[in-house]
Amino acid sequence: MLKFTRRHMLTGLLAATTAFGFAAVPGFADDRNSVKIGYAVSKSGANATGAGITTIPNYKLWIKGVNASGGLELPDGTRLLIEVVEYDDRSQTEEVVRAIQRLATKDKVDLILPPWGTGFNLAIAPLMDKFDYPHLAVTAVTDKAPEFAKRWDKSFWFLGGGSDYAEALADVLGASRDAGKINNKVAMISVADGFGIDLVNAARPALEEKGFELAYDVSYPLGTSDFAAIVNDAQSSGADSFVAFSYPPGTFGVTKQAQVAGYNPKVFYTGVGGAFPVFKKISGGQQEGVMGIGGVQSGSEAIQEYFANHTDVIGNPPDSWASAVTYTSLQILQEAIRRVGLDREAIAEEIASGEFETIMGKVSLENNQLRSLWWAGQWQGATFAAIAPADSNGAVAPVIPKPAWR
Amino acid sequence: MLVSNLLFGLVLGGTYALVALGLSMQYGISRIMNLAHGEFMIAAAFCAYILFDYANLSPLVTLFIAPVIGFGVSWLIYTVMMHPLVKRAASRGQLEADSILATFGLLFVLQGVMLVVFGSDFTSYSYLNTPVNIFGVIIAASRVIALVLSLTLGGGLYFLITHTRWGATLRAVAFSPESAPLVGIEVDKVARTAFAIGGALAASGGVLVSMFVTFSAAGGVVFTMKALIIVIMGGVGNLMGALVAGLTLGVIETFVTSYVDPGLSLASTYLLFIIVLLWRPQGLFGSARS
Repeated sequence: MLKFTRRHMLTGLLAATTAFGFAAVPGFADDRNSVKIGYAVSKSGANATGAGITTIPNYKLWIKGVNASGGLELPDGTRLLIEVVEYDDRSQTEEVVRAIQRLATKDKVDLILPPWGTGFNLAIAPLMDKFDYPHLAVTAVTDKAPEFAKRWDKSFWFLGGGSDYAEALADVLGASRDAGKINNKVAMISVADGFGIDLVNAARPALEEKGFELAYDVSYPLGTSDFAAIVNDAQSSGADSFVAFSYPPGTFGVTKQAQVAGYNPKVFYTGVGGAFPVFKKISGGQQEGVMGIGGVQSGSEAIQEYFANHTDVIGNPPDSWASAVTYTSLQILQEAIRRVGLDREAIAEEIASGEFETIMGKVSLENNQLRSLWWAGQWQGATFAAIAPADSNGAVAPVIPKPAWR
Repeated sequence: MLVSNLLFGLVLGGTYALVALGLSMQYGISRIMNLAHGEFMIAAAFCAYILFDYANLSPLVTLFIAPVIGFGVSWLIYTVMMHPLVKRAASRGQLEADSILATFGLLFVLQGVMLVVFGSDFTSYSYLNTPVNIFGVIIAASRVIALVLSLTLGGGLYFLITHTRWGATLRAVAFSPESAPLVGIEVDKVARTAFAIGGALAASGGVLVSMFVTFSAAGGVVFTMKALIIVIMGGVGNLMGALVAGLTLGVIETFVTSYVDPGLSLASTYLLFIIVLLWRPQGLFGSARS
């Protein structure tokens, strides 16, 4: 992006920009030859890792695919290439808000794709509503999604809430306990940050309702790198199930520590990061049987094709939680444009009410939320296969006990 | 239980001390508060990762390569970037302020370059993540190596600084850069060497830490923060102080994790930090200065 600073202006560029400025203004609706799509994501700072795994690769993959096929198709069959306006929010909420304002008022983009992360999506939701852009809040996990969807009628929530994941886990554990595979005790750790707190607060009542005893239940601060003492205490708690509502560094740290300590609970469940492709490397190829958030329908051809395509274009496979959902949201957007054109009001209406063929199968939103999601998965062979909800089409049965670390 | 927690704590503390040694050297002697310290470590970590993953080179070999590069790069950075600041600084305070701003910029440059080169993904590999049994306590071999190395490097450098002529010049520059030239010490040269040694220490710390910690291009600030606390707590420029402060923090964090609540482990670090600052503002091993 070219950005003109005051100094440029002063040094006489002002005249030049005014003179050439007219040529740069996008044409009017009738003679347009591209669709301007803008987004602000964390390309640097603390959120760069999350955005760099889930959000940015899927935007790139989708845009590349669409443009390679001639562009976005409109109802009359014409195609328009996507022109991208991209900003780095540097992992700061005030930056993302400023960028959205700029995209809407200065760049006057046709559509805005969401940033990465729950907090960032919540931060821009009122703005997206104010400027009348459909808001596909994909990487936002919140139990308040129904409320938000009502408040901002063009906002769409794609990743469920903390209680969905926690209750699904309780279901998986409950069924295994009833089948006599695990005992009644659970050792649970959680990161003391938004996501960890949300999940653990939902998991406590859900597990207790299933009759589980929380033999070990502690939270640890964000940034903890050493899990020796925690794993040691979890090990001596006598629980067959170990649950960590963790962020990637914690997920990886606790996995490595469990391997060193020879801690082999029958269920080993980790939070964000367990479904990342890098997890295989981190566990030294011993990911088999590790459970976690998310999951993909391992038997689906569309998913396999998506994984292959992603690997081909981006250089590495997608994560098995929010990546496929992100791509799905883009497919929904693309199809909605094909059906109703570029009118934002109409797009939002179509997304809310239509049914779409995506890599996750046929999906439609309920009250502006995607609910046909996978809440828990498990590494089985090369894939992080979906295990919950168990009654959904394509779910596999969990393998319990997990094979011991070598 | 007590033995295992003590050992876990010492091993964690060894890592902390390792992270802090380089910064202690740079801030204590060259008077440059290098906020890009963590980025140096991350760069070394990536170096170890790349060599391990693509050339199948053991990080223990990289441990001898990376510090050399770290030394060279830091030398260059001091010459090109810090030297003008040192030259124009009217006082020690001004140099500190200027160097903080300059290295703050350097932080973003290094981070940006690494983000472009390596991407933003979490990076991790497993090396020597094998259990070692010490007094019946099972610890990862890589972490034990980190502890041993931090003790060797920290203790060794401390000995050199306190017992050799070369060390005396370093101390002279650290203690009184204004008077050191009076006895024929080239302050600028000594400061540059100390800064470069700090860079080498940061690099070796990065290589070791990469064996067991997940890192990403954007994650350097975590190391810098920890190092800052330890350096201030141990006493500016005192390597033994950094070593002791690092080990203490590790042991206290582990004890709080196990006997109180893991959620308070970080709080205990800062509580200890405040107590030390109130009780001995010059740090545990620092000497009182005006």
